[in-house]
Amino acid sequence: MTWYTLLGQQLINGLALGSVYALIALGYTMVYGIIKLINFAHGEMYMLGAYFGFYALTSWQLPLIPALLVSMALTALVGVVLERIAYKPLRNSPRITALITAIGASLLLQNVAQIGFGAEFKPFPQVIPFKRIQLGFVFITNRQLIMFAIALILMILLHIIVQYTKTGKAMRAVSMDKEAAMLMGIDVDRIISFTFAIGSSLAAAGGVLVGMYYNRIDPYMGVMPGLKAFIAAVFGGIGVIPGAVIGGLIMGVAENLVVAFGSSTYRDAVAFAILILVLLFKPDGLLGKRHQEKV
Amino acid sequence: MNRMNEPRKLDGKWNIVVLLLVVVVYGVIQLLAAKEILLPYHLQVMGLICINIMLVVSLNLINGFTGQFSLGHASFLAIGAYLSAALTVFLGMNFYLALIISGLASGFVGILIGLPALRLRGDYLAIATLGFGEIIRVVILNIPAVGGPRGFTGIPRYTTFGLTYILAVVTVLGIKNFVNSAHGRACVSIREDEIAAGSLGINIIYYKVAAFAIGAMVAGVAGALFSHYMQYISPGTNQIGFLRSIDILIMVVLGGLGSLTGSVVSAILLTLLPELLRGFAQYRMIVYSIILIVMMLFMPSGLLGGFELSFEFLENLIGKFKIRKRGVSDGTS
Amino acid sequence: MAQANGLQVIDLSVQIGGLKAVSSVNLELNLGELVGLIGPNGAGKTTVFNALTGFCHPTAGQVFFKEQDLTNKPPHVVAQHNLARTFQNIRLFKDLSVLDNLKIAYHKHVGYSFFSGILRTPRYHKQEQKITRITMEILDIVGLAERAYEKAGNLSYGEQRKLEIARALVMEPSLLLLDEPAAGMNPNETEELIDLIRQIRKDFELTVFLIEHDMNLVMNLCERLYVLDYGVLIAEGSVQDVRSNRKVIEAYLGEDSPWQS
Repeated sequence: MTWYTLLGQQLINGLALGSVYALIALGYTMVYGIIKLINFAHGEMYMLGAYFGFYALTSWQLPLIPALLVSMALTALVGVVLERIAYKPLRNSPRITALITAIGASLLLQNVAQIGFGAEFKPFPQVIPFKRIQLGFVFITNRQLIMFAIALILMILLHIIVQYTKTGKAMRAVSMDKEAAMLMGIDVDRIISFTFAIGSSLAAAGGVLVGMYYNRIDPYMGVMPGLKAFIAAVFGGIGVIPGAVIGGLIMGVAENLVVAFGSSTYRDAVAFAILILVLLFKPDGLLGKRHQEKV
Repeated sequence: MNRMNEPRKLDGKWNIVVLLLVVVVYGVIQLLAAKEILLPYHLQVMGLICINIMLVVSLNLINGFTGQFSLGHASFLAIGAYLSAALTVFLGMNFYLALIISGLASGFVGILIGLPALRLRGDYLAIATLGFGEIIRVVILNIPAVGGPRGFTGIPRYTTFGLTYILAVVTVLGIKNFVNSAHGRACVSIREDEIAAGSLGINIIYYKVAAFAIGAMVAGVAGALFSHYMQYISPGTNQIGFLRSIDILIMVVLGGLGSLTGSVVSAILLTLLPELLRGFAQYRMIVYSIILIVMMLFMPSGLLGGFELSFEFLENLIGKFKIRKRGVSDGTS
Repeated sequence: MAQANGLQVIDLSVQIGGLKAVSSVNLELNLGELVGLIGPNGAGKTTVFNALTGFCHPTAGQVFFKEQDLTNKPPHVVAQHNLARTFQNIRLFKDLSVLDNLKIAYHKHVGYSFFSGILRTPRYHKQEQKITRITMEILDIVGLAERAYEKAGNLSYGEQRKLEIARALVMEPSLLLLDEPAAGMNPNETEELIDLIRQIRKDFELTVFLIEHDMNLVMNLCERLYVLDYGVLIAEGSVQDVRSNRKVIEAYLGEDSPWQS
């Protein structure tokens, strides 16, 4: 294989993985933008999405798209409930308190899933027969195409919602200034719930797509992707939606390149190295804005 | 002008009293061990309690007293554990010397992590320290000489219960004394209001880094004790990675951020509990995570509500009592 | 009077985002003076203080105190040069005791190392006794000695403002910058504050630079005034001169005239 074939192949693989990171990162960035909380449990939305998708496909025998929608809806519900129980009471508490709660929620969901679903890897049903298509000097699988397509559609839908609907405008208002939005008559609680719902459903979609791609799921699958997606969101500029997409894609590509041309054991370290570099040199991320504390 | 009586200086006496208590407790334990009421297994658990006390108190210094949310504490433990093991096993170094070097090395890494981390706020800092911790873990994972993924085996058992006990006592006393000194007050002021602290002449960067360094150093020593107690250390996330950092964090939070008494109590509780509830091991994390959530929702200051058993506490009580006894003041000049 | 060997601010400009918060401001304070900085809300007065004390970076200009260059130095270095300030929104350590608030302010004079603190050497004990003594004395001066062991957050608003001043005094400053010390105080408290500022200025040989909206305080205390509007100095001089200055009157137009007696 020539180096550019390898490079091109890894780019495609990277973009596929990156689109999943982007879906997850969007949830982080939206939630952080609106209540300044790093939702540690967001990786578990991705995991639950995969499991809900799994049961929808196997127990309910649904085709892929309906299963995806069911999974997204159920996970959205979980996200909203989580916010109401664990995060809402702490909205005015120090950030550290909320962060610790989020860590607790994350651990809880992982371990409940382990007991409820079983700790072993579950094989994801192969709903799409595997096919490879040649594009010039690289190959792309039909699964990767589906991933790109679904991720793209969801991101476009999100963009439409955020930019062109009243709710989207309310979301942007709340993330800019919660008090002012309240004074304008916006039901902030509802908007926050809505944000969690959307974020969680996007992560769930990512989970289903990954289940389909790698053919297996387990209760702890959300831990590393969750962290990496968060780093991607920070890299792109936390709180900035396009940043999450860009960050996710770059993260996916970077990871694949390191694995292909470097060492696979350092795969996970790539994300953390990116994180350290970002925080050292451009903490606001690529597209982010800084807020100064008033003295 | 009216003058307040200065609170009695109980400090010197405090240290002596505590030292006596410490010796007595140790004596009792050794007695019970000699009479075989306490088995070696029990002693080992108590040794682990002491090591955990060191870990919890050192993290509390960073998170609780200085308000810097560090999620990578286990990496300092890792450096201490692995470095000391490498020194004793490969270089045949004297254990105590290895302890000291490991502590210093961890402290140094604490400085390295503290320096860039300084400009970051709460949640960003948490993620950054998490990231640093994982990088260290992955690096260790990729060093074949110290066992790679399978871990470092065959570490000689140089740690004794007595050693862990002494070091735990030294740690608690040392950090307590630090916190109640001007330098400790500087750290607390940073936690309370960085901007005000800066305006009072406190070098924020210096003290944040100092807190990291001291916390890291203690954790490094604890790590060295640990690897030479269990005779094995592995690079798993639950030994030296994120999960271990969370474990320690849970202990700090339960006892109360900023409460040394709480740290000691919760270290004892949360080391004993898994031992007593061995049958329920699979529910351990569920219970812990529920504890975290419930604590933050209802008791964010910890079980003891930030209460600190100390002579400062008593001094303050005495001070307030004296003021009330003196009755109405004559007013200012 | 001799050329200002106190505070010298030369052509200070501060740009925040796209806004020029402070434009080419020139100030001079001689040692021992009590000068006021007034102007309508949003004029940039606190920004000037922030630039002087290292809490924001001037985009241009220089700051000298006692001929030492303080331009762009971080806050703790400015504090080392004997400048102390209070804040517009009280920044006390609310969960710490009143006494601890002051002890922390004594930081730059603390004469023992980390190790002394940990090992509790005799040096530590002597220094701590000194710290307690000095801080209690200052508490006495502001009349808060009774409250030494209470949480600072439990003090009344007026007492908290006094505590902030006490905290600045503990630093043994040469220049004291007070940012709206009378904000939110009733007339009685303001009278007490005026007396307090006069007294500490005399007893501690301070130079005082204060921002205020309360014209009663300004007229009774300040020897000289600088007037800021939209980041620009529009007037300076004695209280009488400034009062009748047309530009100053116009600047305050639209606000309730502060000059009502």
